[in-house]
Amino acid sequence: MKSCEYQQIDPRALAAAAAPGFAPPRAGKSAPRARRKWEVFPGKNRFYCGGRVILARQSGVLPMTLGLIVVTCGLFFAFDCPFLVEHLTVFIPVIGGVLFVFVVVSLLQTSLTDPGILPRATPDEAADVERQIDTSGSSSYRPPPRTREILINQQVVKLKYCFTCKMFRPPRTSHCSLCDNCVERFDHHCPWVGNCVGRRNYRFFYSFIISLSFLTSFIFGCHGKYMADSSRKLNELCGCRALTVLCTVVELVICFFSIWSVLGLSGFHTYLVASNLTTNEDIKGSWSSKRGGEDTGNPYSHNSIFTNCCVTLCGPMPPRQVDTALVLTVLIDRRGLIPADDVAASTAAAAAAASSEQELPPFMAKSDTHMCAQSPKDLLERVVRSSDRYLLCPPGTPKTTPQGQGASAATDPSSSSSSEPSAPDFTERRSSCPSAATPCPPYGRGTKRASLHSINPAFRLASPSPTLSRAPLVRGDAPVLGFVPPP
Amino acid sequence: MEPRRRRHIAMQRRAAKLLFHNLQELRHSASLVNKVFVQRDYSEGTTCKFQTKFPSELESRVERTLFEDTVKTLNNFYAEAEKIGAHSYLEACVACATAYLIFLCMETRYEKASVRRPFLHFKRPVLKKIAKYIQEQNEKVYAPRGLLITDPIDRGMRVIEISIYEDRGSSGSSSASSSTSGSTAR
Repeated sequence: MKSCEYQQIDPRALAAAAAPGFAPPRAGKSAPRARRKWEVFPGKNRFYCGGRVILARQSGVLPMTLGLIVVTCGLFFAFDCPFLVEHLTVFIPVIGGVLFVFVVVSLLQTSLTDPGILPRATPDEAADVERQIDTSGSSSYRPPPRTREILINQQVVKLKYCFTCKMFRPPRTSHCSLCDNCVERFDHHCPWVGNCVGRRNYRFFYSFIISLSFLTSFIFGCHGKYMADSSRKLNELCGCRALTVLCTVVELVICFFSIWSVLGLSGFHTYLVASNLTTNEDIKGSWSSKRGGEDTGNPYSHNSIFTNCCVTLCGPMPPRQVDTALVLTVLIDRRGLIPADDVAASTAAAAAAASSEQELPPFMAKSDTHMCAQSPKDLLERVVRSSDRYLLCPPGTPKTTPQGQGASAATDPSSSSSSEPSAPDFTERRSSCPSAATPCPPYGRGTKRASLHSINPAFRLASPSPTLSRAPLVRGDAPVLGFVPPP
Repeated sequence: MEPRRRRHIAMQRRAAKLLFHNLQELRHSASLVNKVFVQRDYSEGTTCKFQTKFPSELESRVERTLFEDTVKTLNNFYAEAEKIGAHSYLEACVACATAYLIFLCMETRYEKASVRRPFLHFKRPVLKKIAKYIQEQNEKVYAPRGLLITDPIDRGMRVIEISIYEDRGSSGSSSASSSTSGSTAR
């Protein structure tokens, strides 16, 4: 009798979640429970608001950036504006306010947006890649860096193998050691913003530095005007204006130094946008004509400034690869979880097409073995066909499924050779179905069985499904099919 | 929310749970033989495109033309999503003018629609179309042949993973268990 083999639970996924530096999950939930993808995320990022908001491990200087902007604008509104509204125009604080809001929003979006993190390769993928790489005769622990050469627009580009993420990095992807992730179109890790700047948040970063340069220039100009016009009055007043003078000077100093750095950075990034380069590539000189001799231009450039700008800044916003919730939980609620007992109950219901399987691996729940007896083709057909039925109609009793299977197996010409051995399975299933259906009513009895499912619900729920495209309750910002990669 | 709608949603949730469990059982049953990975094709840059080279492991399972059609259609979907034209400029200008806050309410071309949030569509959500197409292909073409295609979005858009399931009626059951144990011994 063929024994069913099941993949062992790999505790690595859980161990990664227990690594320090992770945002703790909501308190009060008792383990075991369904884990979120971001909770077992192996990088060094921190997730807040149920995984919607992402920050690097060291958010470092971001509070200081925010503080500087807020303090400078505060001083501007407190001191310069009353004077300038009188003497110039009322639009001064309006413009200042709009710029300030723009800067803060762009900054927060740059900091809190996923820059384009690539999830690590699943073990199957990693094994497949290993098989393709020639690793003959390497005795060292770490073989020499593996590269793969590809042609992009008739130019040879080397793809490097990332040992941490266990995959060949796509072009323009780089591994950030601070965040411990591979990031698509990696530009740089900005400590001021507290996040990597990559494909998904480069436009926010660019709008942040452009608007910040406008803001600092505006404040610097207004402040200069204020100081020039009000210096006469300062002489007339008594020493209680010392605080005002101090604030004025502080504002001037901050603006002065900011202008040089921010304007310079804006100019540099404008050049990068116009030539479709990243900071990483520019610093390394990947496409510099000095290296490599003949014809090593930038293969990604469209050779037109306007097209390059449009491609970089106006391209579509790619979806997040690191999803915020498991597939099943996305259906329920944006942040809802499936308790382990619910999963167990649904297991029983699903396995109602039961055969009398005898051999059980000791750690397996009885219901799981039922699937082994079925022909995989029928299983596949049932599964993909049931997607329509289950999602559009009330969940039928388990009794109906074997009949559907029997019909499908009988009419499927390609499995005619296998219909004979699987026919006894059907009769077994039909006969045992009523008995299976009664003791295991589907859903909602809340039995707290310690089945395999409750041991590692993340593992059990890790199933990418092409069939849930019709899930109605899907939040927009993440693809539906998020999951924890099975170990 | 009215009770009927609540019941309907609860029903769909249960159905989806059941469905997922079915798929999970399928994937982790002993009949999973092998997984084939169709890699990305970077010949045109970083746009999302998959190689149409026919993997040798699928030779006995599915016709070459069917496989190539599937991959080419997927490539077309992704090209449509990443296409830059007047629509994307309009989207970008509006987004910039609103300090990108519009992304909170708006579905971009890539993303799926959410029924719970008000959204402004500039383009149809392509990921949803892709998922639906993959489901159709699995139903019509691949499941009858003992194969299952995984949506690339679940693999970080790196690969199209095709799971090969061994037919239990064939003589390959012993090789199935050995290759499964080989894949689990990691």
